[in-house]
Amino acid sequence: MKTKDISVIVNGEEVRASVPVRRNLVDFLRTDAGLTGSHVGCEHGVCGACTVEVNGATVRGCLMLAVQADGATVTTVEGFAASGRSAALAAAFTRRNALQCGFCTPGMLASALGYIDRGGTADRAAIREHISGNYCRCTGYQSIVEAICDVIEERTAP
Amino acid sequence: MTGPATIFDRPNRYIGQPTPRADAARLLAGRGRFVDDIQLPRMVHAAFHRSPHAHARIVSVDVTAARAASGVLGVWTGAEMAALVTPYVGVLTHMAGLRSAPQHPLAVDVARWQGEPLVMIVARSRAEAEDAAELVEVDYEELPPACDATTALAKDAAVIHADFGSNLAWERKVDVGDIDAAFAQPGVQIVEREFRFGRHTGVTLESRGTVCEFDPSEGCLTMHYSGQAPHMMQVILSRLMSLPEENVRVISNDVGGSFGIKIHTYGDELAAAVAARALGRPVKFVADRMESFLTDIHARDHVVKARMGVTASGTIVGIDMHDLTGIGPFSMYPRTSAIECNQVLNLTGAPYTMQHYRAHGQVVFQNKNLMCQYRAVGHPIAMAVADGLLEDAARVIGMDPVELRRRNLMADDSYPRSSTAGMKLDDLSHQAALKKLCEIMDYDGLRAEQARLREQGIFRGIGFVSMVEVTNPSPMFYGIGGAPIASQDGATVRLDAGGALHVSSSITEQGQGTNGILAQIAAGVFGVDIDRVKVTTGDTGTVPYGGGTWASRGAGIGGEAMLLAAQALKEQVLDVAAVMLQSEPGLLDIRGGAVVDAATGAERMGLADLARTVYYRGNELPSDLKPELIATRHYRVTDFPFVFTNGAMAAHVEVDPETGFVKVLHFWAVEDCGRVINPMLVDEQVRGGVVQGIGGALYEECLYSDDGQLLNATMADYMVPMAAEMPEITVAHIETPTKTSFLGAKGAGEAGTGGAPAAILNAVNDALQPMGATIWQMPMTPERILKVLGKV
Ligand code: FES
Ligand code: FES
Repeated sequence: MKTKDISVIVNGEEVRASVPVRRNLVDFLRTDAGLTGSHVGCEHGVCGACTVEVNGATVRGCLMLAVQADGATVTTVEGFAASGRSAALAAAFTRRNALQCGFCTPGMLASALGYIDRGGTADRAAIREHISGNYCRCTGYQSIVEAICDVIEERTAP
Repeated sequence: MTGPATIFDRPNRYIGQPTPRADAARLLAGRGRFVDDIQLPRMVHAAFHRSPHAHARIVSVDVTAARAASGVLGVWTGAEMAALVTPYVGVLTHMAGLRSAPQHPLAVDVARWQGEPLVMIVARSRAEAEDAAELVEVDYEELPPACDATTALAKDAAVIHADFGSNLAWERKVDVGDIDAAFAQPGVQIVEREFRFGRHTGVTLESRGTVCEFDPSEGCLTMHYSGQAPHMMQVILSRLMSLPEENVRVISNDVGGSFGIKIHTYGDELAAAVAARALGRPVKFVADRMESFLTDIHARDHVVKARMGVTASGTIVGIDMHDLTGIGPFSMYPRTSAIECNQVLNLTGAPYTMQHYRAHGQVVFQNKNLMCQYRAVGHPIAMAVADGLLEDAARVIGMDPVELRRRNLMADDSYPRSSTAGMKLDDLSHQAALKKLCEIMDYDGLRAEQARLREQGIFRGIGFVSMVEVTNPSPMFYGIGGAPIASQDGATVRLDAGGALHVSSSITEQGQGTNGILAQIAAGVFGVDIDRVKVTTGDTGTVPYGGGTWASRGAGIGGEAMLLAAQALKEQVLDVAAVMLQSEPGLLDIRGGAVVDAATGAERMGLADLARTVYYRGNELPSDLKPELIATRHYRVTDFPFVFTNGAMAAHVEVDPETGFVKVLHFWAVEDCGRVINPMLVDEQVRGGVVQGIGGALYEECLYSDDGQLLNATMADYMVPMAAEMPEITVAHIETPTKTSFLGAKGAGEAGTGGAPAAILNAVNDALQPMGATIWQMPMTPERILKVLGKV
């Protein structure tokens, strides 16, 4: 089994590991970094459960190899929570019950943050379009869309 | 004064409030505890070699190379595994005539569906286990498959279990009244259709999985289980692995969706438990997405031929139907795969007062993955058949479909009564629900708009369903048939020394908000702030014995047990307080975490004071006072086999005749699930259920080739509803509490999935009507729409 030594800044902390070259980023985060908040729903880039931030971009953790993240800065749901970046979204998701089983939630938060931080507006159709790469099997999506709208409206309120 | 009758108007009540769930915080912070998150010392990983064929004799299995592969710690063939596990058969005695063959965790002589596990490899990592699985060499002799349910009973069909002589697993006939005579009456018009319901599956975002640990020193197995019924699983593991029941502990923490998928016995999970015992170290098996598509139970798979008779003045005289259900090569253990068809027979036409009903159900084996109970078992079929025919009949007699329903729905003051098929019904509100639905959707306005747009070549349709949902099952559902499945549930409420409540319950959480409603009930009934309630569910080692969460039974059965336990603890605490305060229990109450004067609300004593006195300074109490500060109550439904809910739903769709694409513009649901414990959670259950129903109606299908190969076993190829294509869903309620409990709650988890397909079908047919076309096959894909329009 071919391995490679890598170093990744995960949620502000350097994680060094010797990883099999075939290991993807989400498995690295879950096993080597011990951060199990990022989930694996399909391993083929469709469901969005593994969505994380890599060097500021929203990325599917199952479509990137861990070795490709060598030297990168990665933020996961745990990092968003610790830094408070997801606090407003978490409050809105709670108020709206925009999560049921919560398996899609970490990826959904990462995608929603990507939308909000890039100046996305409280346009329900646009939000639906944006999160259409994140499957949720439980909620039917409406509460998620409303929660994201709430956060944008709170931010833009005068 | 303190009796249950007053619990709903207490000052610190939570029942009826949209209280957010405490669990949300953890899940939103990435601190969920799902099975795949578990990392145990010395844990190893299982992977499987699975049959590439739908039907094949296993001539030989060579695992030499696999055993020698890097990182491999154990390899089990089907025969080796069969020696360690008692075979299991998915039959129930009350499903008379149901037959199925013994099943083993891994196929032994014959593989009967593509994806059936044959060989298990356990290795240090999943990757190494998968590498080794590829080295397994199996010599297969392909057998002719019987895949298509419609030909499975043909004379020349391959027989899957030779001993049975045919592929018939079960059949049942219902015959009420005289349908032939009724249909022959002058003036009765008959509509007749053949409905096809494709196979779909749950696609829980967290796939099935387990981590099993075995401690040889104590002979104890612990299964970390992503599922809905821990106590059922405990018995199954005990029976099949010949372990004392008390030596098996089943724990479910967070479950990433289940919907009925994770409540069955899967050979790969069982095999992982056997490996954990054999190796004496933890074994993890988590299905990858392809394994999920190939082996998570599939749902539906019906062909229904049905007729409805209706008079010109709009009286439905009856329904005559035949349902054929394909269930794969075995009936699933232990719930069986015949319940789906049985439900179809029980529920078709259940909202209507028709006099005549004849139904014949046949359940057949086929070489596809197993079909079994998935959210809203049988309901979407029963509702689509009855309400699809009803709207078809409305077109034939030229009557508005809402008016035809009004004339045939049972009157709201006509209960208790029976349905035509003999179901006991009470506390339903079909007429009120339909009325409310028409109001909230502005039915007249939508019809006017529809007519206007049709002139512009825009084809919109409006479709309805009036439905019932089976909830709160009594022992008549499974227990009576010999299944190790509890129909009662228990709840324990304990007052701790700090004045907080610790509660536990045998119902389980898969995202519905089970833990949240248990806390609401306990806090409100007992009288503490909800922040001071901690909830434990999902652990056979610690919770009271019970059934779990399925068949929309959590709130109605588990909730009632919690209500009774909280009330019992309250009475106990007031007895103690009365002694300590030299008062009468009837003059006291518990509010906001304190014992108060019932009349004035003035605080007499904090609960922490009381509890600390009891626990630490019992010397201050009279010696004949023996307080326990813990209460357990159990509850089961008596007098009724099930508690029915009802609902009325409507869909508004637009069909593009050029592309065949259906856009759902809006969806409305009026639900009567009895007393609503948490309106926010109920609404979200309904919405999520509707979206799964829309998935089954428009997108989702497990597509098999003629020789039994699943063609779309990836998330990219199997269409799950996504945000962009889903409508806004308006939910409203009628509250008719069930009289079977104080709480009065019925279930709400499955109505959306049960009703939405019928409403979508009717809306699409309404849109197609001006083009002279109708469709009776789900999912209603663009290709199938274009086909009925004669465009492909
Ligand atoms: S696990 Fe990465 S997209 Fe599904
Ligand atoms: S909350 Fe379960 S998948 Fe989204």
